[in-house]
Amino acid sequence: MTTESTAAPVAGPDSPEDWPAAIHRALFHGGVGLVSYVPDAGHKRLIELCRSDDAIRTLPLTTEEEGIGLAMGAWLGGEKSVLLLQSSGVGNLVNVLGGARECRSPLVMIVTMRGEYGEFNPWQVPMGRATPAVLREMGVVVERVSEALAVGPAVEAALRLAYRSYAAVAVLIAQSLVGIKSFQEQVDR
Amino acid sequence: MTDPTLRRREVVAALLEERGDLLVVAGLGSAAWDCTAAGDHPLTFPLWGAMGQAAMMGLGLALAQPRWRVLVVTGDGEALMGLGALATIGVQAPQNLSIVVLDNGRYGETGMQESHTAFGVDLARIAGACGFPWAENVASAQQLPDLRLAVHTRPGPNFAVVKVMVEKPPLVLPPRDGALLKARFRRALLGPEADTQ
Repeated sequence: MTTESTAAPVAGPDSPEDWPAAIHRALFHGGVGLVSYVPDAGHKRLIELCRSDDAIRTLPLTTEEEGIGLAMGAWLGGEKSVLLLQSSGVGNLVNVLGGARECRSPLVMIVTMRGEYGEFNPWQVPMGRATPAVLREMGVVVERVSEALAVGPAVEAALRLAYRSYAAVAVLIAQSLVGIKSFQEQVDR
Repeated sequence: MTDPTLRRREVVAALLEERGDLLVVAGLGSAAWDCTAAGDHPLTFPLWGAMGQAAMMGLGLALAQPRWRVLVVTGDGEALMGLGALATIGVQAPQNLSIVVLDNGRYGETGMQESHTAFGVDLARIAGACGFPWAENVASAQQLPDLRLAVHTRPGPNFAVVKVMVEKPPLVLPPRDGALLKARFRRALLGPEADTQ
């Protein structure tokens, strides 16, 4: 879970290709005050950006479904939040997504994908392949992004759709953007 | 272990009487019926599903509204399904959150099968180990005033396991429509502008 990902050509901090920074800006403009997460290598930089931002409370979870209950409770209290997770974690959400849908409670999930582009761990593949269908079956609007420049606008749009139209929205960030994990690269380091 | 003498409806009624600025999340099943029996209230959010998430909803609410007291009332089965939430809440340590588990050692909605607490699993010790500064087992009526004080005023997060009789009081059901429950709660808490937030 905490192993480094080999992100595709590293973008400089101010580069438009720096998609974690683009998400962070989108959270700021969207008025998000609470970011919950299950640690994930693909979200490492975004988690660090949020943790160093005084306007955002970052909240580590023990399992992804806690993030749905948290988001529902926060919205009852008028606060906007997002949940950061990996595609494997989508499988842990299924029943509680039903509760959010029944309540028309806004949800924004930012999902880094595993089990697709160049995956080396076969155990990640089944849930990765099933992720979009599982989310859609539970009534979640799914937006997949595979271009760095499209990530920020996709998160902005997801926040609008969720909080203006009371929808559950997942932005899936393609594994080709996140990078391909390799234990061998860890060993080589 | 002596048989519990406390009755769940009386415990909940004692906590919710003159509730003041108290926001309530009720875990699904008997705990939600107990809270409704004490009086259906727009600032009580009864869950009909999402088992295991009552405490996390309470956390989200407590963080969003730090000036209000937040009480989660739930059952032992519901709490057992979300044990990780106790660790998550312990880390955040919201001072305005209390969790009260009505523990009859049974799954009351599914045929009264024994839960793990019937075999000695001690939820209060788990909560204490997760960093709740006040985590108690409550078994007698003499402890109820202290419990009420903790819920309404003590800096938390607070956690209590209330040992209650195995019984099946008459059903008193809250509204079932989740969107309605959400909207009325937000309107009561945030005012009419919540409708257009």
